Amino acid sequence: MNIMTEKSLDDAVNAEMNARTNEIIKMRGDKVTVHYGEKQALFGVDLDVRQNQVTALIGPSGCGKSTFLRCLNRMNDTIDAARVGGKITLDSEDIYDPKIDVVELRARVGMVFQKPNPFPKSIYENVAYGPRIHGLAKNKAELDVIVEKSLQKAALWNEAKDRLNEPGTGLSGGQQQRLCIARAIAVSPEVILMDEPCSALDPIATAKVEELIDELRENYTIVIVTHSMQQAARVSQRTAMFHLGYLVEEGPTDKMFTNPDDKRTQDYITGRFG
Amino acid sequence: MSFLLVFAIVLAIGLAAFVVGRQRARAQDDGTVKPHSRAHYHGWWAFLTGVVPAVLFLAAWDIGASAYLNSHIHSSLPADVADGTVAHEDLSAGLVKSLASGLRKLDSQTLATLPSTFTELQPMLAAKGVALAPDTQDYMIPIATETNSVSDRLGMISAVVSIGLALIGVGFGLKGISPRARARNNVEKVMLWSLLGASTLAILTTIGIVLSMLFQTIAFFEKVPLTNFFFGAVWDPRFAAAGAGASEGQFGLIPLLAGTLYIAFVALLVAVPIGLMSAVYMSEYAAPKVRAVVKPALELLAGIPTIVYGIFALVTLGPFLRDISAALTGGTPFIQAQSILTAGLVMGVMLIPVVSSLSDDIITAVPRAMRDGSLGLGATRSETIKRVILPAALPGIVGAILLTASRAIGETMIVVLAAGVAANLTLNPFEAMTTITVKIVNQLTGDLEFNTPQTLVAFALGITLFALTLVMNIVALYIVRKYREQYE
Repeated sequence: MNIMTEKSLDDAVNAEMNARTNEIIKMRGDKVTVHYGEKQALFGVDLDVRQNQVTALIGPSGCGKSTFLRCLNRMNDTIDAARVGGKITLDSEDIYDPKIDVVELRARVGMVFQKPNPFPKSIYENVAYGPRIHGLAKNKAELDVIVEKSLQKAALWNEAKDRLNEPGTGLSGGQQQRLCIARAIAVSPEVILMDEPCSALDPIATAKVEELIDELRENYTIVIVTHSMQQAARVSQRTAMFHLGYLVEEGPTDKMFTNPDDKRTQDYITGRFG
Repeated sequence: MSFLLVFAIVLAIGLAAFVVGRQRARAQDDGTVKPHSRAHYHGWWAFLTGVVPAVLFLAAWDIGASAYLNSHIHSSLPADVADGTVAHEDLSAGLVKSLASGLRKLDSQTLATLPSTFTELQPMLAAKGVALAPDTQDYMIPIATETNSVSDRLGMISAVVSIGLALIGVGFGLKGISPRARARNNVEKVMLWSLLGASTLAILTTIGIVLSMLFQTIAFFEKVPLTNFFFGAVWDPRFAAAGAGASEGQFGLIPLLAGTLYIAFVALLVAVPIGLMSAVYMSEYAAPKVRAVVKPALELLAGIPTIVYGIFALVTLGPFLRDISAALTGGTPFIQAQSILTAGLVMGVMLIPVVSSLSDDIITAVPRAMRDGSLGLGATRSETIKRVILPAALPGIVGAILLTASRAIGETMIVVLAAGVAANLTLNPFEAMTTITVKIVNQLTGDLEFNTPQTLVAFALGITLFALTLVMNIVALYIVRKYREQYE
């Protein structure tokens, strides 16, 4: 509980600092439903994602938190049987509008996956991948700058600068995940979605990634799915609790962990189920 | 007693042992001790202890007996025959053998009063439907009768011993039945050995095939120098007249090898792009319903016998290409009806399903995480395929292409019909060229004397082809395996 109180103190300071930006809603889900074939996975979820904040999605396995996350950059489109209903907006624009180019959307809303998935290419090529396909760099020098900046932001530059031409798959698990974060940052997204980014990592690597998430908040809006309550408490400003495809409740993280409104949240946080 | 009858008796003993063993195991289970194995395992164990040794003995004895009989006949042949050429001796022994099996058809009364000359014997055998070579000699009749009696004796011994072995084995198996006996583990062990035996047999067969070719190849190289074969640029084996000088004709491998590789290259030029693209379509784009139709339809191509492709090339495509080229030049066709182009195109079509099916598996094996990673960065599908999936699958695809290439090199029927038989050395794809496989077929068909370089060269060609495809397959498997390790 020691960590929790320290965290609360931190948050009190942070809350004041963020008061100005608090009100900007970056993404908004409005009665979002998802069907996988016959099975309904999400039931009318209303959830706001605030700019420059970390929003944590928690809940027991199969509760729909990853499904909701994958709706935010339309990754569910890649699954044949998935159908999405309701409305999701990014800067008040409906992202499921036929006028929206899904490829462009995904450049604005990047994603980091559960298992580190670097491409079987060099570290440099992994980071340069996004900028190349989106034509963000006019020449090699500009590309070099983007790669270096992204790796620096992902706190991997010092470890990787001497081995940029080595395969990304040769890094350790934690380094690979930071490489994937660097890869996502390289296309300058506005929102970064993270689907249990630390579940395949050891505690030390996890700590590094969490530290990184906190730093990234300054420039990006982050939505993170996590199984670890402590992680949600450590890294997020707001937490949303999912259960059986419904959003149970959503609120400031410190409130969720100390004084939740719903009994199910209480039970889940204290480890009575899940 | 015949081999089959003994085998049936042994099996019957085994089955009886199975029933008795199972019954006995059930009877022993009085509920006081927990049985180690279920009753039918005891039955199977009794069956196996009886049948396996008996059958193994039977098989070994049969092989040994035929070898013994063979040497027995050879040693019984008169001295002047045995001292003659090997071929003559083998021929005489063969005549004795067919005479002996012919005599089996006669009843015992006729056998007791067997005429001593072949001219008298022949009509009697002919009446029973046995046709014998006219140069069967009189002296062979007693040898044949004696061979038959020796073979009968050997058969009797083998029957008695193997039935005895079966009974002893069954007794041993039944005696061992007790509630704590580990019949289940024993049966498991036999299963393991029989599976091992099956896979060993496949390997031994391969070795046997190679060895059988190797001996003929060595015989060939005794008559023709290595350099003539491997570095000769002219293929002109001539005709193998009986008793002709050994080194007549030229056996240059190079035109055949060049033809083989050229045609395979053209075939791959057709098959690889089309196969690869259809694999990409099927694994990345096709809706499940479309895939369910297209994939089997493509694989149907692989089920067409290659001779049918050959006929298509010979009758349809070849003349079509020739006529088109004739129309283009307004008279003389520059594409021959049998040409590298025709053979390559048709073989390429044959190989499309091979490439697409192998590459489809490899592309599908690229983890979903790679696709998600790329799509999540805002790449389109085709960008993802071009920049992530194909590079990741590349080693596997190279392996698939090498496997396909070895199919192309070993392909026979299409090239026999479509490429022609002229051993040219040319770079013009519109002319006829020939391949190693075509020449093997050519050299081995027809009424040729066996022990001439003209025939034996087929084995040298065969082993060269084998070595070529073996190396390609090994490289392909190595690449594929290395690629697999990447994601594990």
